[in-house]
Amino acid sequence: MEFLSFAIAPIMLLGAWISGGILERRHLKSLLLLESGSRGVLAVTIEDLPPDWHVESCELVMGNVVISQDYFKRFAASIKGIFGGNIRVLEPLLERARREALIRMKGMAHARGYDTIINVRIETATLASARGDGKGTAGVEILAFGTAISLTNPRRALPGA
Amino acid sequence: MIMSNTQEIPGKTIVEFFGVVSGSTVRAKHVGRDIMAGLKNMVGGELTGYTELLSEARGEAMRRMSYQAESMGANAIVNVRFATSSVAQGAAELFAYGTAVTVE
Repeated sequence: MEFLSFAIAPIMLLGAWISGGILERRHLKSLLLLESGSRGVLAVTIEDLPPDWHVESCELVMGNVVISQDYFKRFAASIKGIFGGNIRVLEPLLERARREALIRMKGMAHARGYDTIINVRIETATLASARGDGKGTAGVEILAFGTAISLTNPRRALPGA
Repeated sequence: MIMSNTQEIPGKTIVEFFGVVSGSTVRAKHVGRDIMAGLKNMVGGELTGYTELLSEARGEAMRRMSYQAESMGANAIVNVRFATSSVAQGAAELFAYGTAVTVE
């Protein structure tokens, strides 16, 4: 029994590392697919439209995703946190989540018949852990939103759009 | 109700301002969801239950905001912003606010 309690933590770390890696690769693959699918929707952070764009209708669109880091990465980050500096292990998941949120926002715009989103904003919020001791589930929410517009005249083709 | 997060409604002109309108809702995660999310927390990645919960809650906040604008006699809300805060353990407040206007 003594041995078991010592063995559990490394096994959990290893399990989280392996499954976290598999899930990450799978997600990256699906992101590439979805991004190529949503390429028809142009999303920009500018608010003012070019003068030759005539807007027919508009609507607020958004996409959100709640994510959490895996056990291994949180452990690695806590070690790295002692020395400070760039905590690189935590970066990929946040980046993936932002891409996912943007895709969902574009998907909502596309489903409603819009092809352009202006004034795109991306927000990040931390959700509190459900348990008082701070060990419960804590997540990060990424929200992307903007104003979807449809134009009476076809918009000029933009590179990469 | 037309909503946008831009200063104006694209393609329309604002003819009257009614002031700030807002809507908020506080949601807690239910236990079943939280246990599932706790398991998911081991391997990391998306917590689907929470994603749905927050987007439903945000929808509710926006509905409340648009009722308020409607009761003032507005037909659009411009410059809509969102704020999320963790008010208590396991609960989050979703807040939406904007400026109610009449557009033509």
